[in-house]
Amino acid sequence: MAVPLHFQSLAELAECLAKREISSVELTRAVIARTEAVEPSVRAFNSRDAADALAQAEASDARRASGQSRGPLEGIPIGLKDVIAVKDQPLTASSRMLADFISPYDGTVTTRLRGAGAVLWGRLNCDEFAMGSSTENSAFHPTSNPWDLTRVPGGSSGGSSAALAAGEAIATLGSDTGGSIRQPAALCGVVGLKPTYGLVSRFGLVAYASSLDQIGPMTRTVEDAAILLGAIAGHDERDSTSLRTEIPDYRAELAGRRGPWRIGIPREYFGAGLDPEVAAAVERAVEHYRGLGCEVRPVSLPHTEHCLDTYYIIATAEASSNLARYDGIRYGHRSTKAKDIVDLYFQSRAEGFGAEVKRRIILGTYVLSSGYYDAFYLRAQKVRTLIRRDFLNAFRDVDVLLTPTSPIPAFKLGEKSDPLAMYLCDIYTIGVNLAGLPAISVPCGFTGAGLPVGFQLIGRPLAEADLLSAANAYDQVHAWGRKTPRL
Amino acid sequence: MKDVNSESSSVSSVSTASSSPSAARYEAVIGLEVHVQIKAASKVFAAVGTGYGHEPNTLTDPVVLALPGALPVMNKAALDAIIKAGLLLGCRISPVCKWDRKNYFYPDSPKNYQISQYDLPVCLGGEVEIELPGTARNVMGEHKRIPLTRIHLEEDVGKLSHGTIDSLVDYNRAGTPLMEIVSEPALHSAEEAYAYLTSLRASMIYGGISDCDMEKGQLRCDANISIRPVGEQRLGTKVELKNLNSISFVRDGIAHEIRRQIALVERGGVITQETRDYDGMTGTSQSLRSKEEAHDYRYFPDPDLMPVAVDEAWKDRIRATCPELPFDKQRRFLEQYQLPYTLTSVLVWDRALADYFEQAAGLCGKPQAAGNWIVNDLLRELGNAKTTLAECRVTPRHLAELVKLVDAGMLITASAREVFAEMFATGEEPGVIADRRGLRNAPSDGGELEQWCRDAITANPKALAEFKAGKDSAINAFKGPVMKAAKGKANPKAVDETLRRLLAVS
Amino acid sequence: MADTPRIDIEHVAKLARLALTPEEKAVFGSQLAGILQRVEALGRVDVNGVEPSAHAAAVNNVWREDAARAGLPVADALRNAPAQRDHMVVVPKVVE
Repeated sequence: MAVPLHFQSLAELAECLAKREISSVELTRAVIARTEAVEPSVRAFNSRDAADALAQAEASDARRASGQSRGPLEGIPIGLKDVIAVKDQPLTASSRMLADFISPYDGTVTTRLRGAGAVLWGRLNCDEFAMGSSTENSAFHPTSNPWDLTRVPGGSSGGSSAALAAGEAIATLGSDTGGSIRQPAALCGVVGLKPTYGLVSRFGLVAYASSLDQIGPMTRTVEDAAILLGAIAGHDERDSTSLRTEIPDYRAELAGRRGPWRIGIPREYFGAGLDPEVAAAVERAVEHYRGLGCEVRPVSLPHTEHCLDTYYIIATAEASSNLARYDGIRYGHRSTKAKDIVDLYFQSRAEGFGAEVKRRIILGTYVLSSGYYDAFYLRAQKVRTLIRRDFLNAFRDVDVLLTPTSPIPAFKLGEKSDPLAMYLCDIYTIGVNLAGLPAISVPCGFTGAGLPVGFQLIGRPLAEADLLSAANAYDQVHAWGRKTPRL
Repeated sequence: MKDVNSESSSVSSVSTASSSPSAARYEAVIGLEVHVQIKAASKVFAAVGTGYGHEPNTLTDPVVLALPGALPVMNKAALDAIIKAGLLLGCRISPVCKWDRKNYFYPDSPKNYQISQYDLPVCLGGEVEIELPGTARNVMGEHKRIPLTRIHLEEDVGKLSHGTIDSLVDYNRAGTPLMEIVSEPALHSAEEAYAYLTSLRASMIYGGISDCDMEKGQLRCDANISIRPVGEQRLGTKVELKNLNSISFVRDGIAHEIRRQIALVERGGVITQETRDYDGMTGTSQSLRSKEEAHDYRYFPDPDLMPVAVDEAWKDRIRATCPELPFDKQRRFLEQYQLPYTLTSVLVWDRALADYFEQAAGLCGKPQAAGNWIVNDLLRELGNAKTTLAECRVTPRHLAELVKLVDAGMLITASAREVFAEMFATGEEPGVIADRRGLRNAPSDGGELEQWCRDAITANPKALAEFKAGKDSAINAFKGPVMKAAKGKANPKAVDETLRRLLAVS
Repeated sequence: MADTPRIDIEHVAKLARLALTPEEKAVFGSQLAGILQRVEALGRVDVNGVEPSAHAAAVNNVWREDAARAGLPVADALRNAPAQRDHMVVVPKVVE
């Protein structure tokens, strides 16, 4: 049975479009139809504009007809996490604070996707302001995992992973501050790439923690991730943290760079708390690489135990300041109960933010406040230096690190009510953000209960081409991301 | 330039007014925090235009409005400007500086944090040279060097206007590059504060760093003021004075605050640490609502911006663009051109005027004459015509030509004034005007002048005898008749010379 | 690190301009106490001589030249404003 359009890979569809076997309008219609069919149960979207998407598809077909195709993304419907600015579309960050906000501008990745001919499709649900690991912190509604609707899709980019797994988009963009692309990718059985900090512009990304946030692709295959990364990566003068670096043709490099790679297994990532079924699936992936002739050796990242604490100090400190702009003055939710200007801030923010956001703002405000800065924030910044050093030391002996992406598969909606328990979901992903490294989650099978499992490959700074090649060496054989859930 | 005169005269009036008997027992300690807007085409962290007087909210972009997802990017020109300010004022330029977020909520602050510099500002130390009023207008006053603590770069905030029931916010000003220049608490009187601001403002204008127009908010000043008994080393409780929105208000406000504190202490009162708002129109101040909580700005390094490393090459590039400052220029003018102090004290405060003078002086070789023409005639005409030097039609070359005509005896002073007035109006060459109006002297070597002089001497034997007896001024008795015969157009110098030559042989 | 840090939740919420209900204060207070207890482990890390990282990678001197681009039209600038008048954002009266 032929794979329906909405479940095909980006690379396959690009070829079909190039050969004029299908049109972008046909493809977009198929994706819209699929979305209408499954969205009531998945609820991956905060909003979508079918008419706008079809208009973009028509424009794309017209370009192709006149020989103006812009490349492999031409005419492909791509979903964006609702933290990325798209001009004249809602930008809510899944917060009541921004429930009515319409962006008057395009973010840089948005501009680049338009420039590449993509059809921008929908605003995808997430944890409020990207704070969370289950998408349950969305102010609007939770999103279900397409593999088990009673379970979470992961987070914070849970709408992006669920929409992709459910066939509601051909590829999506997420954002990753502590694992928010990789963990939901693992939990939904798709590929998720967090690029090197600074490779993809953050201009137009609603900031959670500025020194950690990165936008990245979520796709069905590693090859698709290479294509999409190529379209969004590269220096941007509107983001001071954007790196000036040559962007290779990542897709072409997949074939050009062959192993064997020296693979490091950080022993700290296989300890208590790791689900045995996840451990087994990851071990099978390691075996695959051994079979390819890769040298697999244990390594140590001694400061791993401090990653979570360091992360929660740095991320919440930055967030407390980044989210100060949401005050109901120039835009956003304004309380009608305020008795004066000062009260307006207190009430608007109390009404506009959800519990997790408030919790992180309070923690972040506290660690920056007078008398605590040195003990918390400054110390965390120093430990961050040590954490990055750990990784760079490890990369003296190995080319990539291989770890589980998430210690556990998708959990039940409502299962984790304790914030600390939720924070532990990110235990294998946050070190990468603190160190600013690229990392990819690749699907590597299912648990006995049919829940997807992913492993993570971590690369050297700006070594995305190597990372993608190494990931592809597994993915092109197993292609777990091509499996589709019954919905 | 009229400003300088009127301001310096009011300085002396205030200094006499503030010397009461009790005041002598106290010393005031004043530190100034001066905010200077840097002149730049775009904002300090947003690539959108700057300006004053535009329609509300027409100078914004996602960064200025702090829309979700917007990010700051540094404006190189703002860094160049603050480095220049630092070099002009003798600051140490930090080899590395960084950006910090100052977190506080206020409706004019779009992000609810201000990007500023906390522990690594661009400039450290430095000083502002000031001159206090002299004992007379033509006597140079005492010079002092007021040490600076630091200068850092930050962003300006938006503007609030207050209605009866609500307030309106305009973000045009938000993000304008702003320097904060912090002095040590090293000023001791309102006059010193006044002189400090005058000098600082001139330096910034000289450097092309800012226009420092206080009416447009390009220069704003807050003062921290305390008093202590003379001889006491510890600082007294300081009061912050805000809204000092003209240089005169700064002086008057500080003088008022010092008097208020002394009177309070003399009455047995205690000075409380507070912020007071000075109303320059009424000359009164009132306490602003005291802050309910101490500020906790939660400074931390801005993760959106990278640090700045300033190397020697960069500093050298900026140093090459640094002008001579007014007091240095004044010392040079006094020495190089032998100008009187009064002329220099007018010329050096306006860079364009000083340059004008130097060009004219160079062209005519008569610095004092050129200086006198500029300070007396040019400035008067500019004032009367309510115009500026930039728009003036009299070029330095015109002025130099005029000086040369007078010096060569081609024009008498009265005629030269007429020529100047017309030249100011039309921009014509002075020689052309003189010729057209028939003001140019007849050639001084013509036989006519000699004949007139002979006639005058012959007609007045009494004066001749007096002159021969050694009374030099007797020569003047012959000049009147010569001028009369020449219908006023004789060159006085030529007349004098001719008379002396003839008298010597008479 | 300070002895058993405790969050003065009212003070911190005030700094953060968040009105909290008594229930929120209680819940957040205990949750954050738990987190802080965990975070205390950082105090045991030897950070002598370690430079703090404010960024993932150290790059200096990132800037743009001083040129203005077209800004937002007023209508776009105020598009999301909860209240506006005369092309300005309206807020409750600000008392200095």
